[in-house]
Formats: sequence, C-alpha cells, structure tokens
Amino acid sequence: MELADFLSALKEVRKDQVVVTTMASAREWPNYSDGPLDLNYAPSSMGQGPALGLGIALARPERQVIVLNGDGCTLMNLGVLVTIAGLRPVNLVLFNLENGVYEVTGGQKLAGSGRVGFTGVARSAGWERVYEIKEAEELRRELPGILRGNGPVFINVKLVARPGPSPKPRRPMPETLRMLSEALAAGSAGRQAR
Amino acid sequence: MISPEKLFEQIALCGFTHVVWVPDSATGLLERYLESAPQCHLVRVCREGECFPIAAGLTIGGRKPLVIIQCTGLFECGDALRNVLHDLRLPVFFIVGCRSYEAWKANPNHADTARLYTEPILKAWDIPYVIVENDADAGKIVQAHGEMLATNKTRAVLLAEP
Repeated sequence: MELADFLSALKEVRKDQVVVTTMASAREWPNYSDGPLDLNYAPSSMGQGPALGLGIALARPERQVIVLNGDGCTLMNLGVLVTIAGLRPVNLVLFNLENGVYEVTGGQKLAGSGRVGFTGVARSAGWERVYEIKEAEELRRELPGILRGNGPVFINVKLVARPGPSPKPRRPMPETLRMLSEALAAGSAGRQAR
Repeated sequence: MISPEKLFEQIALCGFTHVVWVPDSATGLLERYLESAPQCHLVRVCREGECFPIAAGLTIGGRKPLVIIQCTGLFECGDALRNVLHDLRLPVFFIVGCRSYEAWKANPNHADTARLYTEPILKAWDIPYVIVENDADAGKIVQAHGEMLATNKTRAVLLAEP
C-alpha cells in the first residue's frame, strides 16, 4: 500500500479527532487536512510522537487522538508502547506505518528490518486491540470499525517505502499548538454545554 | 535532603494535575503520596525522554503537568527536552533528583560523576533552576513555579540527593 492510499482512507473516516503526524506522514498529511486539530509534529524529537499524543489523550479523554508514527520512530522509543498499555487511554489510536526504512533520510534500512513483528511487540507490551493492515481495500473496509470502541488501539500498516524530503511545517509550531489548544478548549466547552 | 512530606506539600501547593515521572531512590519516596492525591494523576513512564512530550501534550490539552526525574534521566532525555522547550516553546516545570549531590559536597573526588554534569547540562539547555538541599529550602519550589507561570518559561528544581 502507498502512503497516499492510507492517508486518503483516513481522511475519509476522520471526524473531530486530533491527528498527530510524524516524519513522512507530517510531510504529506497537510495535503489532506490542515486544520486546528492537525498536529504535524515537525520539528520533532524522533520517536516522541506517541508520547505527545498520549499527553493530549490524557488531558482530553473526551477526544480521540490518532497518532501516525513511522516504524523507525516506533523503534526509537519502544518503551512508550508499554507506557501507553499501562495507562490504557481509551481515546488513543496509534498507527505504525511500516516501510522498513528511514524514509526522510534517504531510505536507509532500519535495524531489524524485515525481522521485527510490530503487532507481536504491541501485544507483548500489553495492547489488547491490535491490527495489521496490508492492502488498501482491507484498510477502507476495516478502518471505521477500528476507530470505533475503546482504545488504546495499535494498527500496523504495511507501506511501500518512498524516500522523500523531511517535513516542512506550514506555520510556526507555537501557532500550530495555540490553534490546537484553543480548538480543544472550545470543543470541551461545547461538549459540556450540550 | 528534603523530606518526602515537605516535597509533596510543595507539589500540592502548585496545583499540578499530572505528575509524569521516573522515580529514583529519593523521589521514589513520594509514591504513596502521589498515589493517594485525588486531584493529581500519576503517569508512570518507561524512560525519561517520554516525560517531556507527554507533559507537552498535557499542556496543549489545558492541564498542569509536573515532571520528576533523576539527573541521569535528564542526560537521557536531551532531545525530547530540547524539542519541547525550544522548538515547541512549551514551558515545563520539572524536578530533578541530583544523585550524589551531597556526596560531592563531602568529597570533591567522588567517583559518581552524575552530579558533576547536571548543572552544566541545565545551563546548556538554557533552563533556569533552583537548588533545594533540605526542608528549609522547600519554599523555593513554589516560588520557582510562580516564576514559570509569570514568565511562561521553563523552570527546574534540583533536589540534593545523597
């Protein structure tokens, strides 16, 4: 599956969730959505996207948070899978985008590329809802159900590697964060008012 | 070293909603206090680098996090700390247990170098800090937190440990 297939399918089912993107997904997701609830995490600290998403999820339990993490990012901070499983945030969804390479640095192979089984790692870390998606058609069929129900949810998505440039933020990060904070506060107030 | 009772008293005065931590043998004494604090959630993480992006997410979501780590963890989490404080420009209040601080006062040639590099690291990351050596210094914590709120800039507290 191509990254574009994945992002297009996510765009179709995404409602009012926060979407945190990293690396290649941070480069491409703004072409699909670039609103206040989109946090394209660039410049980043590689591997910390899930932790950032976890913090938002803990702060706003009424709001689903979707994190798109590259497999190199996941490997750089595997411990956070255990942290998330321990805290059990019901509103957190983590997509691991597996292509076996460091895409934004030129396509160098990851350590353990082709041998590591991410769904097995997630299950062993304590995640109960774990999926693997290989084909675009399967993704479109399964995605609505995956996003329903309680998390945390781990989905390993097999992608074709397409090395490309690093993400370039479309606006300064403090502005992005201010927009997101305001949207979360407004959403929370609106939900309380209802 | 500050007592856990006094340390928790100061933490409670600051009104944090979440404590994100990796304990050490000194700050670990806070566990029973933190577990029983109804207004403050304890967030246990595997490695210190996770603390700062989690705190960032909590701040984005309108909460008031506190990070507690040891100085060795401070060394580990450099890039996460840099990103949150200087790229994202989100202030984080954090407490660092400074291992061997007291041992170095007694012996300038102490074998554990953990204390030796802690303050230079904080200075290198441009993080103002206060040092809390005992219960008499406890008020520095609330004061430093007030400075963070007033300036919207990160503040750290170094706890002198054995």
